[in-house]
Amino acid sequence: MVTLQEFASDDPIAWCPGCGNFSILKALKQALVELQKKPHEIAIVSGIGQAPKTPHYLRCNTFNGLHGRTLPVAAGLKLANHELTVLAEGGDGDGYGEGGNHFIHAMRRNIDITYLVHNNQVYGLTKGQTSPTSESGFITKTTPSGSPVPPMNPLLLAVACDCSFVARGFAGAIEHLTDLIRQGIRHRGFALIDILQPCVSFNRVNTFQWYEERVYPVGEGEYDPGDRTAAFNRAQEWGERIPIGIIYRRERPTLSAQHAAIARQSLVRQPIDPTGFPGLLEAFQ
Amino acid sequence: MAVDISIRITGQAGQGIQSISSIMGKVFTRQGYYVFIIQDAESRIRGGHNFDQVRIKDKPVLAIHAQANYLICLDGKTVEQDLPVLTPNGVMIYDGSQTRFESDNPNHFSIPLEQIALEAGQKKIMVNAVATGAAFALMGFDLRPLLDRLAEEFAGKGQEIAAHNQSSASAGYRYVRENFRGRAADQIPPGVFAKQKLLINGSQAMALGAICAGLKFYSGYPMSPSTPIMEFVAAAAQDHHIICEPAEDEIAAVNMVIGAGFAGVRAMTATSGGGFCLMTEALGLAGMTETPLVIVVAQRPGPSTGLPTRTEQGDLRFAMHAAHGEFPRAVLAPGHAAQAFYLMARAFNLAERYQTPVIVLGDQHLNDSYCTVDELDLNRMTIDRGKVVFDDQIASVKDYKRYVWQESGISPRILPGLSEAVVYADSDEHTDAGHITESSEVRNQMVRKRMRKLAGMRQEMGSPEIYPSQRAALVLLGWGSLYGAMKEAVELLQQDGIPAQMCHFSQIYPFTAQAFHRKILKKSRILAVENNYSGQFADFFTQETGRAVCHKILKYDGRPFAPREIVDQVKEKM
Repeated sequence: MVTLQEFASDDPIAWCPGCGNFSILKALKQALVELQKKPHEIAIVSGIGQAPKTPHYLRCNTFNGLHGRTLPVAAGLKLANHELTVLAEGGDGDGYGEGGNHFIHAMRRNIDITYLVHNNQVYGLTKGQTSPTSESGFITKTTPSGSPVPPMNPLLLAVACDCSFVARGFAGAIEHLTDLIRQGIRHRGFALIDILQPCVSFNRVNTFQWYEERVYPVGEGEYDPGDRTAAFNRAQEWGERIPIGIIYRRERPTLSAQHAAIARQSLVRQPIDPTGFPGLLEAFQ
Repeated sequence: MAVDISIRITGQAGQGIQSISSIMGKVFTRQGYYVFIIQDAESRIRGGHNFDQVRIKDKPVLAIHAQANYLICLDGKTVEQDLPVLTPNGVMIYDGSQTRFESDNPNHFSIPLEQIALEAGQKKIMVNAVATGAAFALMGFDLRPLLDRLAEEFAGKGQEIAAHNQSSASAGYRYVRENFRGRAADQIPPGVFAKQKLLINGSQAMALGAICAGLKFYSGYPMSPSTPIMEFVAAAAQDHHIICEPAEDEIAAVNMVIGAGFAGVRAMTATSGGGFCLMTEALGLAGMTETPLVIVVAQRPGPSTGLPTRTEQGDLRFAMHAAHGEFPRAVLAPGHAAQAFYLMARAFNLAERYQTPVIVLGDQHLNDSYCTVDELDLNRMTIDRGKVVFDDQIASVKDYKRYVWQESGISPRILPGLSEAVVYADSDEHTDAGHITESSEVRNQMVRKRMRKLAGMRQEMGSPEIYPSQRAALVLLGWGSLYGAMKEAVELLQQDGIPAQMCHFSQIYPFTAQAFHRKILKKSRILAVENNYSGQFADFFTQETGRAVCHKILKYDGRPFAPREIVDQVKEKM
């Protein structure tokens, strides 16, 4: 029986008091316990920023790599040992800015990874600059007259890329988020969970209160995440009402399932024997 | 009779030049000869002017000859372009009906290649087979081995294509026999059939070496001249349980490889200079997280796009210093295909033993050139995974610390998911447990721990190859793909009464701690030979040994050195 205690880390937390990241950490741990995953069965790959510090604060295999490069590292790790439950974690700058190309292609590959994006619409660790999801007109140190361009819409992009699991969570709705993470991990394929995460230090617009007044869960029964056209519409909803929940879901083969090399055994468990290749040499004779 | 015949096949991209050269290469290798083939191609898919040059020798050969004994022109447009490289009594085969070029030289054979191709092979593309058959007749070589090889080569493409190639080659052969009897020049004596030696290029040897050394994961983005490595791995992936993942860019490729390396499999990528530029960020990541990583950099002339299909050794300093910050790495640069095969295993062993990146430098000349290799011995390959700790060796994992201090700098490596231990790896400066730290004390210790690996690697980097062993007043110093040309240059110098030695480095960085230099440095004049503008290795050599080089013989036009070019320049500098 796996308990919350097994995920306890003794690494001191370096987030600001009141940060939305605390709720996300709590939801993540709770989801892992509910799934009865053991710490050594999980690997989290993260980038650079405040969000990517998350794996240090729960006990599990961790690769805290480069800004923007979480998804390729996670993909290599998953393909080399597909028995691991692999998550990737980062912020909006990390995933949608620096790592934008990897994001698109990870969705296309449908590699079996759950990707948690702590989306606070601002750069936090570098102390308050505009991000790919900052709203039009958002004033920061790098956009003193307000951001002149509209934000990118990660959910809409994900639906367009036929990402097999597209969801949005909110750091202020921990139980709902826990359920999303649990479903994302269970989903076979690439699962994007964009998490609205208020930044208490640098985003005075999109606050806990701002989100709380707007978010609503897409209703079970009345909304079908398998309907791509409906998903396109729902993903575009932003402003007065912001949907949270599973926006789009479709089963399709994962990348691991399509590689014959690991049909019987993960790569990391396969032995090395240099004398086993005479056939390859003969082709050159 | 000593045999040393060079055949240049010229034409447009898409005319099957490489198909002829590789078929000839295989035929003569199987007849007991040694073959060396270079590819000189423009960066285009069709048209232009390309050539392959096949050198056939009765002794091992790893360099080109500046001149050709035979010139086979598949394309009428460029008949005159390569005439200057033909030896005084050299033979040219061309199709007089396709060109205004006229010649009364009895060694210039006009053969209606296209007409014969259409008659005997039904297709214009069979011109290459017709010309090959004609060349075999002129060389006085038996047609049978060629026909056998054609059947084998095209077996996968259906009976008809193989038959058309064979009938075209036969028709070309017959045409020469019937029309030019008794007029052949340089002859190649019959050999003895044996199927032991290999005909292989540098890219194939690297890929093969990597696979035999246990490669399990490859990711890459195509870039000349590295792409054939990826294609070879992809073709072998299914049979040998390898995952070959095409990446969206080189950044993704190298980060995927690092992810797989962290998981615990032998993983690599290959690219050229421009792609390696994109990988440098991740190079530091592997250094900091102490993740094994093997990158092949097949150099081409830069900067920027440069000469995409040509050769240069311009990225040595870049490979030695790429990425910000200080971390240990090794740089290897094989001199020829057989060495490339074995050095790939060494690259993986070093990467895993020292838990750090290893760069293997090739270049277009090494990677694309084919040569005859006597043997590749799988039993000579050793696998050393270093301090990887497997399930059954683990006593207590509760307090596992990935970066625990060791005098050697190398901490035991547990693979995530294979035991109850959890592994923290971090690109931030980290504690021995892998958590982020700002402590100056820990920082100092971790920098020292990582850099100590450099001292370990230096101790085991191999000595340069010295050839011949007799001490000489003149030493040619070089590295990587210069091997074949330098070796032959010292032989030619010897013949001209100038005793010289080659000092060839294939294990470049960190500079070897072996005491080779006492042997060769005393009193000798050192001439550096490099395919770059500044003599990058020569300066590094001076930095490490305190010994200046007298002259640098440099070439940066994107073409490889011919041995005779080196000899001429040596004589000039003397």
